[in-house]
Amino acid sequence: MLLIGSGPIVIGQAAEFDYSGTQACLALREEGIKVVLVNSNPATIQTDLDTADIVYVEPLHAKVLERIIEREKPDGVLATMAGQTGLNLAVQLREVFKKHGVAVLGTSIESIELAEDREQFKELIQKIDEPIPASKRVRTVEEALGAAKGIGYPVIVRADYCLGGTGSGIVANEAEMIGLIQVSLTASATNSALVERSVKGMAEIEYEVIRDSADNCITICNMENIDPIGVHTGESIVVAPAQTLSDDDHQKLRTSAIKIIRALKVEGACNIQFALDQSNGNYYIIEVNPRASRSSALASKATGYPIARVAAKIAAGYTLPEIENRVTGKTACFEPAIDYVVLKIPRWPFDKLRLKENLGTGMKSTGETMAIGRTFEESLMKAIRSLELRPGYEEQAKRLESLEPTELRLFKLKQLLRDGATVAELASATSINAWFLEKIRNIAMAEKAMISGSLDFNNPADLLHLKRLGFSDKKIGAYSGGRHPEQVRAAREKAGLRPVFKMVDTCAGEYEAVTPYFYSTYEPEDESPSAPVSKGGKKVIILGGGPIRMGQGIEFDYCTVHAVQALREAGFETVVINNNPETVSTDFDVSDKLYFEPLTPDDVLAVVRVEEEACKRQGKEFAGVIVQFGGQTAVNLAGPLEAAGVKILGTTVNSIDLSQDRKKFNSIMRKLGIPLVQSGVAYTREEAVEVAGYVGYPLLLRPSYVLGGRAMEVVANEKELLARIDEAIEVSRGKPVAIDHFVQDGIELDIDFIADGKRACIVGIMEQIEEAGIHSGDSACCLPTRRLTQKALATVRDYSQKLASTLNIVGLANIQMVVKGDEVTVLELNPRASRTVPFVSKATGVQVAKLAARIQAQGMTLDALGLPAELKTGMPAVKVPVFPFSRFSALDPKLGAEMKSTGETMGVAATFEEAYLKALLASGVSLGGTVVLCDCGKWTKVIAEKFKSAGVAVKSFATTKEAAEFLAAGNPASLLVSGVDSRSGASARLAAVAKGVHCVTSAFAAIAMAESVSVLSGRKAEELPLHSLNDIAGVGKA
Amino acid sequence: MLVHAGRGKTALLVLSDGSIFEGHSIGAKVDAVGELVFNTSMTGYQEALTDPSYAGQLLTFCYPLIGNYGISEEAFESSKVQPSAAIVREACNLPTHYQSRRSLDEFLEQSGVPGISGVDTRAIVRKVRSAGVMPSALVQLNDESEREAVIASALKKAKAFDYGANDYVLAVATKTNQVFNEAGAKTVVLIDVGAKGSIARELVKRGFRVVVVPPKTTAKEIMALEPAGLMVSNGPGDPATATYTIDTLKNLAGKLPIFGICLGHQLLAHTLGAKTFKLKFGHRGSNQPVLNVESGKAFITSQNHGYAVKDLPKTVSELFVNANDGTNEGLRHKELPIFSVQYHPEANPGPYDNRYLFDEFAKMLD
Repeated sequence: MLLIGSGPIVIGQAAEFDYSGTQACLALREEGIKVVLVNSNPATIQTDLDTADIVYVEPLHAKVLERIIEREKPDGVLATMAGQTGLNLAVQLREVFKKHGVAVLGTSIESIELAEDREQFKELIQKIDEPIPASKRVRTVEEALGAAKGIGYPVIVRADYCLGGTGSGIVANEAEMIGLIQVSLTASATNSALVERSVKGMAEIEYEVIRDSADNCITICNMENIDPIGVHTGESIVVAPAQTLSDDDHQKLRTSAIKIIRALKVEGACNIQFALDQSNGNYYIIEVNPRASRSSALASKATGYPIARVAAKIAAGYTLPEIENRVTGKTACFEPAIDYVVLKIPRWPFDKLRLKENLGTGMKSTGETMAIGRTFEESLMKAIRSLELRPGYEEQAKRLESLEPTELRLFKLKQLLRDGATVAELASATSINAWFLEKIRNIAMAEKAMISGSLDFNNPADLLHLKRLGFSDKKIGAYSGGRHPEQVRAAREKAGLRPVFKMVDTCAGEYEAVTPYFYSTYEPEDESPSAPVSKGGKKVIILGGGPIRMGQGIEFDYCTVHAVQALREAGFETVVINNNPETVSTDFDVSDKLYFEPLTPDDVLAVVRVEEEACKRQGKEFAGVIVQFGGQTAVNLAGPLEAAGVKILGTTVNSIDLSQDRKKFNSIMRKLGIPLVQSGVAYTREEAVEVAGYVGYPLLLRPSYVLGGRAMEVVANEKELLARIDEAIEVSRGKPVAIDHFVQDGIELDIDFIADGKRACIVGIMEQIEEAGIHSGDSACCLPTRRLTQKALATVRDYSQKLASTLNIVGLANIQMVVKGDEVTVLELNPRASRTVPFVSKATGVQVAKLAARIQAQGMTLDALGLPAELKTGMPAVKVPVFPFSRFSALDPKLGAEMKSTGETMGVAATFEEAYLKALLASGVSLGGTVVLCDCGKWTKVIAEKFKSAGVAVKSFATTKEAAEFLAAGNPASLLVSGVDSRSGASARLAAVAKGVHCVTSAFAAIAMAESVSVLSGRKAEELPLHSLNDIAGVGKA
Repeated sequence: MLVHAGRGKTALLVLSDGSIFEGHSIGAKVDAVGELVFNTSMTGYQEALTDPSYAGQLLTFCYPLIGNYGISEEAFESSKVQPSAAIVREACNLPTHYQSRRSLDEFLEQSGVPGISGVDTRAIVRKVRSAGVMPSALVQLNDESEREAVIASALKKAKAFDYGANDYVLAVATKTNQVFNEAGAKTVVLIDVGAKGSIARELVKRGFRVVVVPPKTTAKEIMALEPAGLMVSNGPGDPATATYTIDTLKNLAGKLPIFGICLGHQLLAHTLGAKTFKLKFGHRGSNQPVLNVESGKAFITSQNHGYAVKDLPKTVSELFVNANDGTNEGLRHKELPIFSVQYHPEANPGPYDNRYLFDEFAKMLD
């Protein structure tokens, strides 16, 4: 069977499809079905050779899939596990499937089309007598006024066949309608528009429904968006189950959802979204997604019911009563009952992108976090903790002037309630249900009472009240006159108040369950001691990476899962702590035990304590905690955990500190005689200017202890320095800002290695295609290197070995170096798994995170694992980042030191050029059309010539304005090369993004693209399964 | 550890096995004793609280936040609170729903029924799940100095309580005939052994004139009402106690199409020669899967029963079984126009998926 993956992580389509796709793979293979998987995203568990039988890391394009179908001759295809990408491909490939006798399993293409086509869908819904917002197509102003009068204001006007929302909007009265409709009709290619009843401000309720081929239907879960309609569900704070619906409200919507899934004849999972008018109980169907989705992943984690797994079994021909609920051993044909409150909050990139944007109908968040508690307040507070917001968010929220939906509105509402605003006035200002505002008010009132002293944490009853509202020790201390969290913890210990752990069991306790899936709360009974004892020997806790955000993506979940798999196989009992509902690591089947908890010192220590106690009871050894796979989130916990007496496995906290503290690292490098980029540190503006004086411009500003280069900047002169330094100081939270000299036009390298404390095995030396100064996460990179001299390579190897042994690295680490000629300078070392680990693993066929985990937990040596000083590289592999520029109209797509990409694609081929083009194609860049050149300074000529000699049409503009006008007019172009050695040209780049034209802001990348096109012109592409690549590469199994 | 945050008055839930749960007193400030049960539905607390089948029981809600959408005029299944007490993790004092007229606390108080909030309901559920339903007492602790005495007396009351020994049917059912939809073309007699209001409403929706009669109504009295069909309702207690209704049914089997629900199903089972037994902790929730034995099709049902039917005689075929534990969920007489289900096709609370059974019954009356 062919399973289609969803491609790179982009906003709106993230790790949830790795989770659903991986579940589907495993569910199908359990039935003895051979699975062929296609996905261009290397950082996915589903593209592991132990997940699917045959893996193609190839672009998700119809042509590519057709060739793979010809080669593999699958009997069936499953396209509903890969978001919109999968559905679109299935529709495009309908004839190909027919031609090659490939059966579409699960939901049919006809059903997909029926759900996706607005007109057909509307007809179907009307036929089954279910309500959708009334609408009428109009061609004149008079018709529009008549239609709006009939429907009732406010109405939404949507111009037909008009991209990008021109001529569309909500109008509240006749005057506004007259103002808008003329624009709409003119903007429309067909001079027509749709006038539709507005449901903005109503409650948004979702249902996850499953249907099998025998027409059995069940609903898994309903979810209520706290932000009313007008904010995309992916952008909303969502609670499960719905909180404000009466049984009749719920049953009406449930019945409607089942009617719809039956009418659509979906076989598998389906998400149905309703608008509910809570002033009278009327509802409207607003959207249907006939596939696994972000919401189905959330519902699976919220209930413990594995929706994708069951949907895959249905696709394989089973009916619901035949499928087992592995949690209880009963049937999967039931509806989960839950006895806790689940809350999801999206994670937005506004802090990293320095944007202040309102939330609306388009998605802008990169990931999400989920929390479970026994009260709404507890879940909300836990979810907020899990977001890892940058400090100062409360202050920022205070400065908000409106109550329009934004990332920080929640905090603004809390502050207003604390300052005396009423729930009624805020409910009317925001359309948020008063029930939620009352809960937020409970938190606000508790904060106020702590500030005034009327709630005292030294009083056990007060403290219990606060803990049940979800306050952390830290927050309680902060509101109680700025006391240290340790004082609160001491009061808590004295009162005998510790969190207990309860099980997520799909049945609200009705049946005994074997799920090893827990959350914390403050109640009398702790269920963790009665949890089933795992077969594993020594116990190890592995920390995950929390919500996906720019700079900390799915790759860390990939590494976490690998560590778990390796140590489970090695006989350990593995315990995962994480809070990201989208991912594979939070599938309770992956580890022996899962704790769905915030990743803060308090929350993690509570889990460590119960697990240590369990070890004592069971006579097991507690091996320790692994922090190295959960990105900076987990690494930042190493210090506090060790201070609390917890054993950290792998690289010691001291070594972590030596590598992360710029000053200490500097002195080590001096001792080793390894050139470190010239640098200094500054705590203030004045110090920064002084350091700049001896380091020399251009400079790179790096705040301490932040991930993904947040607030990292290249500055060319003192004026730019002064404009940027304040923010860098702020985000460093009292730690110094590093100021480095910046190597102009250098080649940057990413080196990943595994070490055992004595020596290193270099797993990949990756050469970045873009020039140094562009964040490594935003650069394309290739393995093996292409432009390095033998001498430089030897130096790179030497430095890597020296650093590994001097810092006693145990496990994975990543070094960034910059090379100019034979000169190699080290930029930084991160003693943890890096973003490139999945890419390296796929390119070499060696799952390096698994080996690192064994070295850390089992104390194995590289020799014992048979690992050489460096892994052999296979065929050329290239990683290309993908960017969210189309989602942020104000964001200049100029790449720099701060990371902006959300995910990546991989291309593998016989030559670098082909691999690069494959990866670019997979990322959505095609190089067929005209290349527009502007603001390229000294590079203009060479880039133009390179493209021309590759046979590509080039259009060069002397001024930004001309280029911007050319692009804005919609002239066909496939690429804009702009701003490669300056910041100029932003307006042309924004015009390009608006028209869907890809921007290249690196001269090195532009040249590499041109050269690749030149080498490959006329050659036929070929798809290669991963395992054969590894055979070709001759990579031994370690 | 500390068990509650000490705000407001304290109530104690004392189980007959000696376990004690301490929480806040809500509703009426009185003591209560009964059989401790739990319900897993996440919505429908008002329908459950007014369901006469809960008479004699202390009802624990698994879902932790109860009362969120208040108490409406639309969601009554009978005119009063039926269980002896309500046990919740958190009671919502400020409900928000356009139909809400009062809070859970006010409703309990006005009904003279006590409740407790702030207790670890999941711990209670786990206890009942492993030890079975248990006689228990909910008591008020007015003065801390009385704690020991209050607990001792509560434990004594709990231990003395015997659910099966009480006839709850006669206590909750109508005492006189009641007629709904006088203008209805055909008459259906509904024997009320603790009927939820929704049963009569479903019949009225289908155009029937409904005559609700007390449990001891004789076959002759029923036939005198010239019914086209007969329904036997849900209700509380051990089905074996309601021998009076079983006698009536014995005289009516074969004379009228009969449809039974829940206790009605169990009484029909006794009538036709089957037996009933007490389940360890019953089925109470809106998510119970049943399978149609004939078609293999699955249905999600609303359930509330502590006893189940077994040993069906040869004259009766099994219509539905529970997909989780295989217990009987419905029967059909092989020759006579009699069928019944253990679950609640009238819903409220619970899914509307099974209302079609009323249509099937209506067809039998054509």
